[in-house]
Amino acid sequence: MSKMIKMLALCAVTAVALSACSGGKPDASSSITIGIPQDLEDSLDPHEAVAAGTKEILFNIYEGLLKPDETGNLVPAVASNYTISEDGKTYSFTLRDDVKFHNGQPVTAEDVKYSIEKSAGMTGAQSLISAFSNIEKVEIKDEKTVDIVLTEPDIDFPAYVANLNASIIPADNKDPKTKPVGTGPYMYVSRSPQENIILKKFDEYWGEGANITDITLKVIPNADSIVMNLNGGSVDMFARLTSTQTQQLSKNFNILEGEMNLVQAVYLNHAVEPFDNVDVCRALSYAVDVQNILDLTSDGKGFPVGSSMFPSFAKYYVDLTDTYPTDIKKAKELLASAGYPDGFSFSITVPSNYQPHIEAAQVVVEQLKKIGVTADIKLVEWNSWLSDVYSGRQYEATLIGVDASSLTASAMLDRFRSDADNNFTNYSNKEYDDLCAKVRAESSDEERTKIYKDMEKNLADNAANIYIQDMAEFVALSDKYEGYVFYPMYVQDFAKLKLKGQ
Amino acid sequence: MKDLMFRIRKNPELYTGAVIAAVISFILIAGFLFSPYDPNAMSAAEKFAAPSVSHLLGCDNFGRDLFTRLCVGGVTTLFIALATVSIGVVFGTIVGAFTGYYGGAVDEVLMRFNDAVLAFPSILLALVFISVFGSGTFKVIISLGIVFVPSFARIVRGEYLRCRNLDYVRSARLMGAGDLRIMFVHILPNTFPVLLSSTVIGFNNAVLAEASMSFLGIGVQPPDSSLGRMLSDAQAFLFSEPSYAILTGCTIAVIVLGFSLLGEGLKKHA
Repeated sequence: MSKMIKMLALCAVTAVALSACSGGKPDASSSITIGIPQDLEDSLDPHEAVAAGTKEILFNIYEGLLKPDETGNLVPAVASNYTISEDGKTYSFTLRDDVKFHNGQPVTAEDVKYSIEKSAGMTGAQSLISAFSNIEKVEIKDEKTVDIVLTEPDIDFPAYVANLNASIIPADNKDPKTKPVGTGPYMYVSRSPQENIILKKFDEYWGEGANITDITLKVIPNADSIVMNLNGGSVDMFARLTSTQTQQLSKNFNILEGEMNLVQAVYLNHAVEPFDNVDVCRALSYAVDVQNILDLTSDGKGFPVGSSMFPSFAKYYVDLTDTYPTDIKKAKELLASAGYPDGFSFSITVPSNYQPHIEAAQVVVEQLKKIGVTADIKLVEWNSWLSDVYSGRQYEATLIGVDASSLTASAMLDRFRSDADNNFTNYSNKEYDDLCAKVRAESSDEERTKIYKDMEKNLADNAANIYIQDMAEFVALSDKYEGYVFYPMYVQDFAKLKLKGQ
Repeated sequence: MKDLMFRIRKNPELYTGAVIAAVISFILIAGFLFSPYDPNAMSAAEKFAAPSVSHLLGCDNFGRDLFTRLCVGGVTTLFIALATVSIGVVFGTIVGAFTGYYGGAVDEVLMRFNDAVLAFPSILLALVFISVFGSGTFKVIISLGIVFVPSFARIVRGEYLRCRNLDYVRSARLMGAGDLRIMFVHILPNTFPVLLSSTVIGFNNAVLAEASMSFLGIGVQPPDSSLGRMLSDAQAFLFSEPSYAILTGCTIAVIVLGFSLLGEGLKKHA
């Protein structure tokens, strides 16, 4: 008898356990698993995160006083609006009333002061935003107003405030590196190293919140297994796929096409012969057939560019793709007049971990043969590329994509100023330097935009680099979901994702 | 005829290996010399073209003729392997001859150095040399060559140790022959049977080493082809265009199979 009771009891317990399981399971309809190529290893502290792959995820957890939207404009976030003083040195931010941190506390002026000072490197580690060295002090005017005083006026300052590295975090936080607390639409739940990161919708978000409740970010470092994971159904979404990878996906995925927001070009070192001769640079530009590169490397997908600005940054973009139509005869003439009738040889340095750049370089080499120019490809590790090419400027030409570190035109164009620290191409043009000086002195936005466009024209006219394209990027999204949006910067916005028909 | 059949039955590895190695080498070299296509000429229209009369094995992701690239790549690989093994054999023989013949301090010093080099996995060591010299076909040959020296040195040293006190060496010495003459005229030919089979096996390892290095991106640089380089290019299209990777992989496999059978056969023969 007692045995019988035991059995019954066991059954009951099992039944309860089973029902508890099904009851406790989150509604399957509001979760998504998103694959990411690398773990968030550097730091979850927004003021210390460097890797683009980390920052694009943290974008969902943290917000600054302002934040970028999908059209490239800056919209108010933690601040509801801001005013600039007459002399352009004081930015006065009014905080939004109902913004709460993920721990439930409201955002106060102290938190803002703490965060900006920490981010500017005034209280802690070095700042990741070099323009923040311009901050003189951060002042709390009243409970809802914070003034940021600059040493020099800087018209681009709002763009730096909107940078993820200037996000607002609570002043009393214990450990932002591993326990991130922000104000974004998603809150951090947990992380298993090299395995996954779990995010949950933040219900008290001030704005239009997220649609999907639970997000699992699955780390898939091996490029070969991405397709298998997608087709096998263990991942619902993956961004930044190549056109080859997308062709292998099953019908259950929608392939969205966007832009990488960078300028892929053969960057020429103008301090090295023969690239100090503008006719040589022009000849090379005439010889390179961009459409052919796109056809061969990405099935024709991609957005040709003619200068150092990508099309999705529409405010500043001028279409200069027609400056150098493919013309072998003209290229040869230019080479001959420059004193290289038989061509010359040089090497193109390419970082070995960027397959798309290696492929484009192979096509460029083949195209340059037609005008008698022999180029060879030198593959280097990413770290040696950074130290030898980017910092050391010891190279002849390099094929790479250059992107914007913040949403400003100067992030793309200032690097070609002859005395800029990051002018790795050693481009030196008097007219261009004058334009740079002019744009810094100008305060009218309209005029500035015009000058930036002139700078782009200058780069195109002088064939500063052999411009190729803004590469196409592909996002695979399971057909159960919709709402993915592309940003003109390196960002993944999960809040806009939703179930079909949700 | 009957005699040949008997010999084949007695040592089938030698003859199958020789036939496979000869056939694959012949195909690759013939393609390399006589293919009408430029191995690097691209054509957007013929991207992944299917095999046809004009393109025997079809085209790759840049519309380049796959057969031509396989032949050119194969010859590059064979050349690198040959050059590597030559360096290994020449320097290995010199080191082995001196250490084996003289013994004593020279032997101790050189052999401990030899052991030190042997202690590291060969690919890893080659990677170190590459990071010092820089990448490229020629540098791969030198790096792999250095790595291959110790194993040959060891084999040759063993033979010299065995031979140096044999009667014919003693008589040569009594007749007043110099050390160098004894080492390279009298003893060296007697090491050939052992050296030959290990050269063929070493050649095999060199083919694989080149393929691995180029696969890792530090050997032959694009757009030039080698079998390892092509395998690494094909990797991205493993599912969409599997024939690219399979053909390249099979070529490597056949070369290695042929030469390793040949090496085994030679060992047995000796």
